[in-house]
Formats: sequence, C-alpha cells, structure tokens
Amino acid sequence: MDGGVMENRIMALVTLNMDIVAGGAPIFFARNQEEQVKMARYLARTLDAMVHDLENGVYIIVKHE
Amino acid sequence: MEHYLGTIIAGTMAGTIARMVMLHLDYRQYPGYPHGYLSHLFLGFIASALGAVAIPAILKPDYTAVTFLALAASQFREIRGIERKTLEHLDENELVKRGSDYIEGIARTFEARNYLSMGCALLTSIAYELGRFPAAVLIALLSIIFVRTFMAGETVGDICEVVPARIWFDNSILMVENIGFINVGLKEIREKILAEGLAVLIIPRNSDARATIHDLGQRQAIAHTVTVLLGTKKDVDIPEFTPLARIDPDSGVVGLYTVPVERDQDALILAVKRTPVLESARSRPLKTEAGRMAAR
Repeated sequence: MDGGVMENRIMALVTLNMDIVAGGAPIFFARNQEEQVKMARYLARTLDAMVHDLENGVYIIVKHE
Repeated sequence: MEHYLGTIIAGTMAGTIARMVMLHLDYRQYPGYPHGYLSHLFLGFIASALGAVAIPAILKPDYTAVTFLALAASQFREIRGIERKTLEHLDENELVKRGSDYIEGIARTFEARNYLSMGCALLTSIAYELGRFPAAVLIALLSIIFVRTFMAGETVGDICEVVPARIWFDNSILMVENIGFINVGLKEIREKILAEGLAVLIIPRNSDARATIHDLGQRQAIAHTVTVLLGTKKDVDIPEFTPLARIDPDSGVVGLYTVPVERDQDALILAVKRTPVLESARSRPLKTEAGRMAAR
C-alpha cells in the first residue's frame, strides 16, 4: 500500500450491532465498545491488517497489499 | 605500437576515472555494497578500454574493429537486465518498496553510465592522438565535469517547494492539511500518529512538475527515500505507519505522511527534496500547446 496502488481485502468485521452487518467476511460480535476495540486490535495484529472505523459501530479489518 | 599504447592508456584511464566519479553519485539510490562497487568499476574499465581502442583501430587501419563497439552495447544492455533483476529481488523484502519505476530508472542509469565512460575514453584518446598529453588531460577533465553535471539529474527539490504540514484527524480520517489519507480505526494508533508523525506538502512549481509529482512511481520513490533516510516505525503488523503520498485533487499539491524513527522536520524536507526525479515519471505537458492552454 506504499504511496501507490493498493489491493484491499476485508478480512473481518467487528460489530456492536448484528442487524447492520452481513456478507462474506467473518463477523465478530462485541458486547461493548471496549471489547470491540480489543477484538479489532487483536484481529488486526494477528492478520497483519489495519483497523478502519466505519463510525456506525462497525470496525472493518482490512489487509492492504 | 608504443605510440598507440599511450592513446589506449590515456583513454582507458579517463573513462575509468569518469566511472569512479559517477559511482560516487550513486549512494543515494544504491546501497554501498563493496562488491557492487567493484563490479561496476570493472565494467566501467572494460567500457573505457573498448572506447579507447577505437581510435588506434581506425588509424591502423582496421575499420572492422569498430564493430566491437556494437558488441559492447549489447553487453551493457544485459547489465541493465541484471541490475533490474537484483533490485527487484531485494525490493520484495523492503518494508517500503522502491517500486518498479525507481528500479527501472536505476537500471537504465547504470547502463547509460557505461556508455558515458566509453564516450569519455573515446574523446580522450582522440585528444591524445591530436595533441598528446596536455590535450588528453584537458579533454578528460572537461568530459568528467560534463558527465558529473549531466548525470546528476533533477531532484524533487528542483521542481517543487516542500513545506511542513499539519497532521490532524477528521474523526478517524487521517488528514494532512486538507488532504484525506486513510481511516485509522484505533485510538491508540491515532494518538501515536499525532505525537510522532510528520508531514510535508510538496507544491509543484508548474504544470510539468505537477504531472511528474503525480506519477505513482515518483510518489513511491519519495516515500522510499524518506524511509531510507529517516527510518520508519512501520512493521508488517503495523501497516498504519506506512509512509503515504496523496494528492489534493483540487490544487494538485501532494501531501506526504510518515512516522519516522528520527523525528526531524527539516531532515524530512531535505529527504523529500533530494529524491531524484525519475526518468519514467518526468513529463512535459508545457511543451505542447494543449498543455500550455490547460495551464492558463
């Protein structure tokens, strides 16, 4: 993802609200925000990926290559 | 025979010295591997020897001998291929890649430098034939000065202003002045970026510079140079700290963001300025009428 063109892949979603998410990537449900941040951090570090905040209670873990 | 020996020695020496001078310019784009230096110096020596024997071959007269210059050209084209392959392999393990444009530029430069030392040797041997030692020294010096200035090439600092810029967050979007970069989801990372990140704006001086600096390969080359000179806190599992260069679509200004190991704003500006302008990125829209009209 350096300076130039990236290939992005959504590795997982971490959500506070199961009603607004669906689709192909693994979905993780968190009970509160603290847990959500922790899960997102762990997932990102495990997957060598980055956490993006959609600001609607959903974090997506994206791998940029 | 002895007569020609002087010509050949003078030419070969001048060419080899020219190659040495050009090697000195390399360090900013090529790591100082001693073996790399040696092999390039030796190839420069061969190129010079080939250039130096051309004139004695014509005087002898053995005109067909000049055809080996063509042989040399194909030999040096191969060097470009070898250089490219080596750098591509090395690039695979770089945290912040050079990018294929930069690699192509380096490879092409290495090829061209052999031709330059060959030309330098040829000119010096002609001078030796015509005016003996003093003329040879004069021409050798002139051609070495020429290759030095000619091959130094432009840098980003020649075509753009580089000024410090402010990093801030629009909610979770990382901003450099008014250019949006990436969405950073984790608060601790945002705080670290605010505390330790650095940014600059690269302002092109004219339309030519804008076209050059917008090239993705050129932006990648800047990011790479900045990383080499200032270090980066990026690692495979912390992609957030990857240095990025993004354009402001409205003004054409390029913003650069990095989280360096050595946090020094002036050093960052200097590092950006000294990045070479890549041959493949350089474009001259102002040379065309359409480009000039658009720039108005």
